[in-house]
Amino acid sequence: MIEFRDVTKRFDDGTTAVNGLDLVVEAGTITVFVGPSGCGKTTSLRMVNRMIDPTSGTILVDGKDVLGVDPPTLRRGIGYVIQQAGLFPHRTVLDNVATVPLLTGWTRRKARQRAAELLELVGLPAELGHRYPVQLSGGQQQRVGVARALAADPPVLLMDEPFSAVDPVVREGLQDELLRLQAELDKTIVFVTHDIDEAIRIGEKVAVMRTGGFLAQYAPPAELLTRPADDFVAGFVGKDRGYRSLSFVDASGVEVAEVATVAADGGAQSSSDWRLVVDAEKRPQGWVAPDGTVVPGGSLYEVGASIRGALDAALSSPSGLGVAVDASGRLAGVVTARQVLDVIESRRG
Amino acid sequence: MGDLPKYLGDAGTRAALLEKLLDHVYLSLVPLLVSVVLAIVLGLLCHRFRPVNAVLISLSNVVYTIPSLALFALIPAMIGTRVLDPVNVIIALTLYTTALLVRPVAEALAAVPSHITASATAMGFRPWRRFLTVELPLAVPVLAAGVRVGSVSNISLVSVGALIGTGGLGTLFTDGFQQRYLAPIIVGIVLTLVLALVVDLVLVLLRNRLTPWVRAGGAP
Repeated sequence: MIEFRDVTKRFDDGTTAVNGLDLVVEAGTITVFVGPSGCGKTTSLRMVNRMIDPTSGTILVDGKDVLGVDPPTLRRGIGYVIQQAGLFPHRTVLDNVATVPLLTGWTRRKARQRAAELLELVGLPAELGHRYPVQLSGGQQQRVGVARALAADPPVLLMDEPFSAVDPVVREGLQDELLRLQAELDKTIVFVTHDIDEAIRIGEKVAVMRTGGFLAQYAPPAELLTRPADDFVAGFVGKDRGYRSLSFVDASGVEVAEVATVAADGGAQSSSDWRLVVDAEKRPQGWVAPDGTVVPGGSLYEVGASIRGALDAALSSPSGLGVAVDASGRLAGVVTARQVLDVIESRRG
Repeated sequence: MGDLPKYLGDAGTRAALLEKLLDHVYLSLVPLLVSVVLAIVLGLLCHRFRPVNAVLISLSNVVYTIPSLALFALIPAMIGTRVLDPVNVIIALTLYTTALLVRPVAEALAAVPSHITASATAMGFRPWRRFLTVELPLAVPVLAAGVRVGSVSNISLVSVGALIGTGGLGTLFTDGFQQRYLAPIIVGIVLTLVLALVVDLVLVLLRNRLTPWVRAGGAP
């Protein structure tokens, strides 16, 4: 658990980066600090491992005042992932990951062994261990950064805009990876980002901060979207927050209907209805229009996933029928946007 | 030219040449080693303290403009050594090479990206360890380039020392001129060149050994 008690940071140039922050980061959760630049989110993060010391107030990590601990010793017990990964270019991937164990006096052999385990944990092939960071893609470098932060198995992990320098597709993969790791490791993670979508996607709790170092709202993401504390938060979470809040509603109440299918290699004869093309394993491949032309399908959603996915599947489908699949990607049925909206309406009532 | 086989045919001459060569190596490489250490220390001071930076960089420019012969003659007057003492040459060349290396070292340290130094600090490096194991190794490519220039410059400048009577291959030139005898001059030029090339090769190999990551480059 990390506790900020009335923490203020004023820099020498007179700017106040953090203003009377009171906040508790629960153990074993991912807490996201989000806000525009100058809101003090990174400063708050860096005060936890004493990269910056507060002007006033107290920060406790597991009940212990961080100001009472020698900074290098404190930092070796707290994982840190920085923007652009911050890997050491002159060390191999394996030695980068072994950094903190080596600092704390492990033998090189044991530290490298541990590093190899971590590469596997973050989903990197072992042979990458002998390469240098420059030989890795941006996404791979970030994974190495996460592995390095986890090497000494610290209970607390600080992540400072770790995924902001990679492209959106890779970023989403890294976010999923982090959630998977967290399910396995159960760390106390503080994650800083300026990207509200990222905050909502990975945060169990989100602290929205405002320029000048004020905490605007500290709540689970669903609550930020449905009950923003003020206009600033409402504006910051975005115009489509109503739609996005559907991410936190599950689609189990939406009944799927059957649909006519044709085999992927079957002839495309005309018919009065849209028919779904499926392969031998019943995985959706696209649609056959009533005039017999084959068109690509819309988004798919997994039965039991969020209702946002179900609505999007219906809205993006050329036939107007959203396609639901099971966990292995096989056709489960179809839904209409009307059905999804009815479920949303009924939940409201 | 016909004198050359005769000149080299004499065993006494060959022994004298070897001695001069070893003297030359000693007089040029000792200053190089000392100045690498000095330049790292001074470069670190420049990097950490801005005012020191301005003073040291100007000072090193000034030192580098003093003519070598003048410096060889001035040093005994300043520190009280004998005029013919080889230490004068060693000190003068150390001054030159340090002046040459301070700026690149300071710039190489400043060029280490801040996210790398910040991540080292956040991992729990203490300042000295961070400097020796992260910042300094990253400065090696720039430092090595400076050391290569310094080694060539030292090897040629040691010859000038012969004018004030210190040893080394330069004495072959002074003797050759005095006796109007071409053979020692040619041998002196060839040995100086070979020495410079060999030392440069050794430095390149050493640099490559210290910086395998630079040539890693390439596709992921």
